[in-house]
Amino acid sequence: MTTYYSEEHEWISIEGETGTIGITEYAQNALGDIVFIEVPEVGNNYDKGDEIAVVESVKAASEIYTPVGGEVIAINESLESDPALVNAHPETDGWFYKISISDKDELDELMNAAAYKAYIDGLE
Amino acid sequence: MSADTSHPLNTGDLLKTPLFALHEKLGGKMVSFAGYALPVQYPLGVMGEHNHTRNAAGLFDVSHMGQVIITGPGADIWIESLVPGNIKDLAVNHIRYSMFTNDHGGIMDDLMITKRKNDLFLVVNAACKSQDIAHMKAHLPEGFTLTEITDRALVALQGPKAAEVLSRFSSGADQMNFMTYAEVTICGAECYISRSGYTGEDGHEISIPAHKAEDICRALLAEEEVEVIGLGARDSLRLEAGLCLYGHDLTTDTTPVEASLLWAIGKRRREEGGFPGDHIILPQIKNKNYAKKRVGILPAGRAPAREGTVIVDAEGHEIGTITSGGFGPTFGGPVAMGYIKPEFAAVGTEVFLVVRGKSRAAHVAKMPFVPQRYYRKT
Repeated sequence: MTTYYSEEHEWISIEGETGTIGITEYAQNALGDIVFIEVPEVGNNYDKGDEIAVVESVKAASEIYTPVGGEVIAINESLESDPALVNAHPETDGWFYKISISDKDELDELMNAAAYKAYIDGLE
Repeated sequence: MSADTSHPLNTGDLLKTPLFALHEKLGGKMVSFAGYALPVQYPLGVMGEHNHTRNAAGLFDVSHMGQVIITGPGADIWIESLVPGNIKDLAVNHIRYSMFTNDHGGIMDDLMITKRKNDLFLVVNAACKSQDIAHMKAHLPEGFTLTEITDRALVALQGPKAAEVLSRFSSGADQMNFMTYAEVTICGAECYISRSGYTGEDGHEISIPAHKAEDICRALLAEEEVEVIGLGARDSLRLEAGLCLYGHDLTTDTTPVEASLLWAIGKRRREEGGFPGDHIILPQIKNKNYAKKRVGILPAGRAPAREGTVIVDAEGHEIGTITSGGFGPTFGGPVAMGYIKPEFAAVGTEVFLVVRGKSRAAHVAKMPFVPQRYYRKT
């Protein structure tokens, strides 16, 4: 399973034609305590870069832009009752949604783990 | 993720409080607030800081606020010409919450007024202090003096354990009544302490000589009940307590009546008037005739409604605006306050909030959202 990262601090892990998407440890740390997550509806289609979800922390609302386009095929229903799951396990149990990727070439514009690490090191 | 959280603040152009160095040493995440570099949070995080204050004691740096002393014969009577509160009849060493009103009845700032033995001690909002001082100076009678205190820090120690902690440094501090004032010695420094705050909790505000501020804060923080708290938790604490933030919930476009602050206008002042905008405010009280009213709003779901959210009725007609909103950690859900047309202001009224284009159910609710726990001797 391969995981890619966006400059907006989303991760996407790939299994076949399906991508699972969430936010990174860096993102959850920057956002602080998360109190509400608005996830997309299953069956909706999005283009790469569309606003697809919203994360509300105690501080502010932040939009999430999908790193690839496609149809949403699942959402993480645990987030409704336990949004803090994203603070605790952002890159595993705190995933947001699964998408059926319409064009895998879009993954080429994302970073691998090493490149993303270098990217966030440069932000600090 | 769109939040701009990655850039460290350049604090070079900002004013610094006497506790700036301590904030940095304690890992405070500094932000610009009313021209000052202040910590929005510490490593504990907004939620942890909020809960700690409700459960034990939190220490806040509020040195950005203006501290002003007014001296002059009958200063208490004079200041009634600028505020609608009853200051004349306030006992010595007692504090009153009031507001500067303008000629249209709008609120220019809200403030705390302490009647001391020989003068008045005022605490005003940071963003308004220059304007407040200019306003008072423009009306200051011959023979009066107005002094802005710039060599003192101001901190707040708030929470159910706050008074007990402070009494270890200043014996008897825990016996003071809510909204009273005393001059005490803490760690060898002359401090002004007020049993007041901005969290809905018991506690004190402490004015400390600037050169002793860090020492005293370190001593307070060394007590096991005390954690240092940033602006983020300060905001969620005051919102749950139903307290107004000037510039958001109160502006020159809101009168004290519209702002549901009628309790801050004494009976005598309602009868006599004699404050700026009384010709607007007094008829609003008498005729209950005004265009909007500040109320509590509870969203039905989990989505917070932030400042600026439009309130609509069941038909989608705009009936008001949220002026403060967020998540209430102690309440355990989203809380908000805002202005609404008076016909919708009754507690329990069903309304809708337009959040990101979706209309979400909410209702008008009583404030505070968590019980206030002020210390009142019986």
